[in-house]
Amino acid sequence: MADGRQPPVLDIDRLIDDRRNRILVCCGSGGVGKTTTAAAIGLRAAERGRHVVVLTVDPARRLAQSMGLTSLDNTPRLVRGVGATAAAPDANSHAGNGESPAGSLHAMMLDMKRTFDEIVEAHADPDRAAQILANPFYQSLSSSFAGTQEYMAMEKLGQLRRAEEWDLIVVDTPPSRSALDFLDAPQRLARFLDGRLLRLLITPAKVGGRAYMRVLNAGFGVVTGVLTKILGTQVLKDVQTFVSALDTMFGGFRERADYTYQLLRAPGTAFLVVAAPEPDALREASYFVERLAEERMPLAGLVLNKVQRPPAAHLSAARSLAAAETLEASAAGGPHPLAVAALRLHADRMQQAAAQRRVAEHFTAAHPHVPVAEIPAQPDDIHDLDGLRNIGTAFGSD
Amino acid sequence: MTTRDTDWDGVRLHVVTGKGGTGKTTVAGALALALAVGGKKVLLMEVEGRQGIAQLFDVPPLPYAERRIAVAAGSPSGQGGDVFALVADPESALLEYLEMFYSMRHAGTALTKLGVMDFATTIAPGLRDVLLTGKAAEAVRRKDPSRAGGRAYDAVVMDAPPTGRIGRFLNVAAEVSGLARVGPIRGHADSVQNVIRSPQTVVHFVTTLEEMPVQETIDGIAELRALDGIRPGGIIVNMARPLALPLGQLEAAADGVLDTDQLAMGLKAAGLDDSLVAGLATELSEQARTALTQAVQLRRLEDSGQPCYELPWISDGMDMAGLYRLAARLKEQRAA
Repeated sequence: MADGRQPPVLDIDRLIDDRRNRILVCCGSGGVGKTTTAAAIGLRAAERGRHVVVLTVDPARRLAQSMGLTSLDNTPRLVRGVGATAAAPDANSHAGNGESPAGSLHAMMLDMKRTFDEIVEAHADPDRAAQILANPFYQSLSSSFAGTQEYMAMEKLGQLRRAEEWDLIVVDTPPSRSALDFLDAPQRLARFLDGRLLRLLITPAKVGGRAYMRVLNAGFGVVTGVLTKILGTQVLKDVQTFVSALDTMFGGFRERADYTYQLLRAPGTAFLVVAAPEPDALREASYFVERLAEERMPLAGLVLNKVQRPPAAHLSAARSLAAAETLEASAAGGPHPLAVAALRLHADRMQQAAAQRRVAEHFTAAHPHVPVAEIPAQPDDIHDLDGLRNIGTAFGSD
Repeated sequence: MTTRDTDWDGVRLHVVTGKGGTGKTTVAGALALALAVGGKKVLLMEVEGRQGIAQLFDVPPLPYAERRIAVAAGSPSGQGGDVFALVADPESALLEYLEMFYSMRHAGTALTKLGVMDFATTIAPGLRDVLLTGKAAEAVRRKDPSRAGGRAYDAVVMDAPPTGRIGRFLNVAAEVSGLARVGPIRGHADSVQNVIRSPQTVVHFVTTLEEMPVQETIDGIAELRALDGIRPGGIIVNMARPLALPLGQLEAAADGVLDTDQLAMGLKAAGLDDSLVAGLATELSEQARTALTQAVQLRRLEDSGQPCYELPWISDGMDMAGLYRLAARLKEQRAA
């Protein structure tokens, strides 16, 4: 085993009790329990007096149901059954500005197409908006481009923040191919929508700049020729129509992407990297931690889900296995199938726990200053608020 | 072949999908090894640029080139086979496509400068997926007269995008035809679809027995069936753990009804003190609850009508030895 260095403890309760914190972003690779973590944090914060909205991108109906909603949609819905808990915010919180002790919880699920449509409707006159919405290229872009979901999640976050109806927004990031897509995709889409390629497509003659002039001299026809060959003339025409219809919104996209990007770096925002104690998930978490540091984005810590905590932890795997073998071998002692089963199971869980600890220590060795909160593996699937609440009990520092 | 050797005789493109965290890449690797047994040549293809195959097979990051990464076990009747790997990225696939069909590779630099590459490979809806599935279809069709059967590869295994995106990924023709009603990309998309929608192609789902991945699997199978012509394949239940107790006793344990006296006696016989009884009883009842939930989930998967296979949890960490074990299990269950 490694040297067993302990990371600092991530105290999520302190994070959510600090009212200066307005945005919590949960990120991490798929399948690590990110959405559930976001919901559990939202519930915990609401029950400690915050007015919270959870923005999720996971279409799992189960999560909506666990919050007593039949489904989630693009509008924040009030979650019922949220009450103040006995565990009131502690003394070093920044309450005391007239907030009532009981908070509230809203939840919504991002509908990327709806969100995109709304931006178009808000920024173009009705005729032009209708024209854009009917364009085949726009329809594909708004429903299937790999980065649209990330971009729209950021857009929605900006909207929720500007609405000033909630004092804490918990964001669950899209299940990207890589966790980093979430930071890059909005910029990429904005760059494309503002970019010279689109302008080139509508008005090739106006494009300046030496680099492009050289290309143009080399034969602009080659490029359009290639595009036509790849896409066909009809697609190009759709793109051109779309771009000219969208022309009034140019600059707007870039500006909006920049606004949310700045929001993510502003005081009041904190990132939580969510992972499971498995090599792949923690490798992805490492990349993300490094990337956040590069971008100077505030990392609060790592939430480690699905951690094995065998209740009989003082019995080692080796002793447990040896005891099971002793029992099986001793005919005189009589058969003890129940004890054998319990001991073998325990050995298995202890081994799993040890494997988890190794990968977690590996992460901490590389990132010794990143605080970690461990959430024990849940034996049952989560079906209701109590299940979510139960996860929250692991959020304190003790 | 006169008799059916496996459940997927005649299939040459195995698309492997699964929810994040279920071990999709591992299963794709094991399947490729299993298919290569007995002198076959298999291409294992990655399309999401994470270098998961390189990590799995413990080799340096792989380029856009087909390289041999593993030798499969021999069979009684034949020698070992070969697994080749390819990391397909849309940009390289596009350049290759331009060269192959239009001898325009030199146009690449100009295209990149103008952002056309960005546009074509990350932004143009569907195009990226046409390029990636196109590469797989090309490998499936590629000929090699020097080999028995005349094909370059006996099978292609694709480590595909996760369950939530698989339908859209494979259904590129519909996606593209919404955009490109005519034109070369449409022609290319259509020819790719001829492979994807033929009996040569099936989509396997990797899942664990947790509620969410199982639901996604069931939804994914329904989605593919609705797409008309894209065939769901097997369901591979990954990381299965053996039951600690027979099912009957598990039910009692799940309800917290455990004979703790009996447990205490057993522990005493093994020389352990009874301070462990409560903890071990809790562990048993937790496992019992999990096992019962999993039994329900397994039934749901079996009800889907697709063949189910089971792969064990590899307790000492996934390495080549573990991968060969999984491949052998797939072979035993006639998944390959």
